[in-house]
Amino acid sequence: MKHYDLVIVGGGPAGLAAAVAARDNGIDDILILERDNKLGGILNQCIHNGFGLHTFKEELTGPEYASRFIQQVLERGIDYKMNTMVMDISPEKVVTAMNATDGMFTIPAKAVILAMGCRERSRGALNIPGYRPAGIFSAGTAQRLVNMEGQMPGKKVVILGSGDIGLIMARRMTLEGAKVEVVAELMPYSGGLKRNIVQCLQDFDIPLKLSHTVVNIEGKERVEAVTIAKVGPDRRPIPGTEERYECDTLLLSCGLIPENELSKGSGVTLNPVTSGPVVNDALETSVEGIFACGNVLHVHDLVDFVSQEAANAGAYAARYIRQGEKTDVRTVPVRGIDGVRYTVPSTIRPEEMQDTVTVRFRVGDVYRDSAVVTCIDGREISRRRKKVFAPGEMEQVILKKEDLADAKIGEITIRIEKEA
Amino acid sequence: MYDVAIIGAGVVGSAIARELARYRVKACVIEREEDVCSGTSKANSAIVHAGFDAHPGSLKAKYNVEGSKMMEKLSEELDFPYKKNGSLVVCTKDQDRNSLEGLLLQGRENGVEGLRILEKEELETMEPNLSEDVTCALYAPTGAICCPFQMTIAFAENAADNGISFFMNTEVDQVERVGDHYEIKTKAKENSTGSQIAGEVLQARAVVNAAGVYADVINNMVSERKLHITPRRGQYELLDKAVGDHVSHTVFQLPTKMGKGVLVTPTVHGNLLVGPTAEDVDDKEGTNTTGEGLESLGAMSARSVRNVPLRQVITSFAGLRAHEDGNDFVIGEAEDAKNFYNAAGIESPGLSSAPAIGVALATEIGEKLGLEKNPSFEGKRKGILNPSALSLEERNALIRKQPAYGQIICRCENVTEGEIVDAITRTLGARSLDGVKRRTRAGMGRCQAGFCSPRVMELLEKHAGLSPYEVTKNGGKGVLVYGQNKEI
Repeated sequence: MKHYDLVIVGGGPAGLAAAVAARDNGIDDILILERDNKLGGILNQCIHNGFGLHTFKEELTGPEYASRFIQQVLERGIDYKMNTMVMDISPEKVVTAMNATDGMFTIPAKAVILAMGCRERSRGALNIPGYRPAGIFSAGTAQRLVNMEGQMPGKKVVILGSGDIGLIMARRMTLEGAKVEVVAELMPYSGGLKRNIVQCLQDFDIPLKLSHTVVNIEGKERVEAVTIAKVGPDRRPIPGTEERYECDTLLLSCGLIPENELSKGSGVTLNPVTSGPVVNDALETSVEGIFACGNVLHVHDLVDFVSQEAANAGAYAARYIRQGEKTDVRTVPVRGIDGVRYTVPSTIRPEEMQDTVTVRFRVGDVYRDSAVVTCIDGREISRRRKKVFAPGEMEQVILKKEDLADAKIGEITIRIEKEA
Repeated sequence: MYDVAIIGAGVVGSAIARELARYRVKACVIEREEDVCSGTSKANSAIVHAGFDAHPGSLKAKYNVEGSKMMEKLSEELDFPYKKNGSLVVCTKDQDRNSLEGLLLQGRENGVEGLRILEKEELETMEPNLSEDVTCALYAPTGAICCPFQMTIAFAENAADNGISFFMNTEVDQVERVGDHYEIKTKAKENSTGSQIAGEVLQARAVVNAAGVYADVINNMVSERKLHITPRRGQYELLDKAVGDHVSHTVFQLPTKMGKGVLVTPTVHGNLLVGPTAEDVDDKEGTNTTGEGLESLGAMSARSVRNVPLRQVITSFAGLRAHEDGNDFVIGEAEDAKNFYNAAGIESPGLSSAPAIGVALATEIGEKLGLEKNPSFEGKRKGILNPSALSLEERNALIRKQPAYGQIICRCENVTEGEIVDAITRTLGARSLDGVKRRTRAGMGRCQAGFCSPRVMELLEKHAGLSPYEVTKNGGKGVLVYGQNKEI
């Protein structure tokens, strides 16, 4: 198989935006490999609106948002292969893939962008006890069945987890005629966006029970009932608080996990907090010439941020292909502390970075009347106040090159601080 | 009139059916569930025990050792995964080494080959993740792991290809001696779409009772030698392949007053398996896991293996062992019911023993019924092709001929459309998501069918001729979708 300068693994929002940016930064020889039978990734099943407010200043549906990027890819004549599964990525950036027409083939590439997205945490991974009947779906699987196959997976539904897909599906199932009994959330706060709680639950009078979890699933063939219970501060069920809901369906929206099995094979170092690769300011992983963006890097709340991040990855990959990489450059670590769970990127190269670098992160709890404070070796360089910081919403800090000129800088820290 | 009717298409019933197929015989297997391998056979430790566990002289000891010796050749003949990874029974510092020595002697008496006791130093290189408290271990080089699904399916498929009939979704209601034969009444049943299927009456000269946890109920219909089976629940956690090499041998614990302990083992597919608990339950359908049960596995497994990465769990499940009060297998013709043959009380080491039980019962039945040998019996069976076992050239040649082998459906386990279509269209093909899963591993991986289930549903519709509303997870009324949007 032909050699490519840049191979992009995944044709969802991250892969598409990365491809467009790489082409616009002078790389002609680009191939996108997509496992599904269309470009656009998970956006194709997200038929609700609310996409693109940042990128296009208008409210688009998922497929509309995807189509804008697909159009840009097509206009630029970027190569892509669909129904193609990447089987392996070597540290030398040889990509092995397979499809029904080409068989199994290898492509040597100068650079690779990881854009494989994420998967949903399953019932098994959550270790929910009970029987294992039909009727237990991850929210995304239910979304695919309803929105792409036009088939209803349930009539009477309990949802565990208040992640965005679960909230969206509570509304969607209701609109299609199902009764959503309750949404239970293990944590004392929701994992989803505020706007989704209002528009998808409150507007439809669907109760959200925080600090609750599923403790039993009944039914041998199909779900017949689900029991939820209140949990204490240790997140363990409190005996005596059980409530049994008769239902035929349990949807799970309990977190997304970046899909990095391929990344591991290529030798990329992963961050245990995000389950995504550790990257520098160029979104380059620990393996030279392998970049990462989108939900494979860390789980985003808004696709607009995915597109922005992916465009950066595409531009940096283009620069790498054109110029190669300088070794022995100064590297400054970025650390999240006091409520900041992680940062992407986790290192900055002050001499190599653009004038500014956007550092994205999530907080570990709900913080009210607080500020995000950035320090260099303990010296505060920026502070931004906010009424509420919530784990469901991604936050960002912009670092300026000019602040990092001093060669003796040890580390950059980002923390949440309570304000009076 | 059938010569033989076998009740239960688990590993034992299927093994007996396959061995019976060596005779000119009109035989059938009656199975309550929609697929073979749907009860105890699908939810166990997937271990081929070496055979040191059971008391010398017991049927468990006899069939275990015989079955274990047959297994490797059988796995080649019937093409199912089997790996002789060796097993260890570990003794910790608070335990009596004499019990381990006792186990060694018992194993030798049972005829287990190659047993020896290993000391701490040797164990440290052999299995570095053993708990620090482990002082010595009994090593059984003939201990092995296998795929219980594929093993059972292989037996059943091979039996069916050699002329044995299988009736799925057929539950026995009554077995009665009438003159010189038996009448087996089956229950009426409602299918996934709600239509009634009437019960019927089958006649057979001989009946084999391989009904798992229900074997006492079936036996007690015809024999005054009553059996009593207690379902003994075992809960397990299956961990991600990423941690499948945490141990390479099957690590058992030396039994204590508190119980048999749990095992930690790699599976033949490369996952790590931890379990089982042991709880006697009343409900023969009690295959549910419990919060307490799953939680107990952490502390229990830590006794033998350190840092078991339980956070990497991808699924948990429970199976019921058919524990008979006599604490041994009950095998052979019932004393007071001519031509009624039991394969009852088949708890551990049932999987290991199944091949030998199959031979023993088929031989006994063949003789008693005066069956002739079947000259056209073909004992070789080819399983579903595993493309990843092919060379690159072979794989590409296959894809050129059959492009479906180039299309991945299950991305976690890399299962292709070609394999799934084969699983659906071959003898006794899959009719449900779990049927496809047990045959191909599609949906068995870390996303637990999140991505592939809509695709597999489509393939079941297309190749099994099912409507979307007939596709189930695991038979019965376990449909996956109820109707089109806005139409439910």
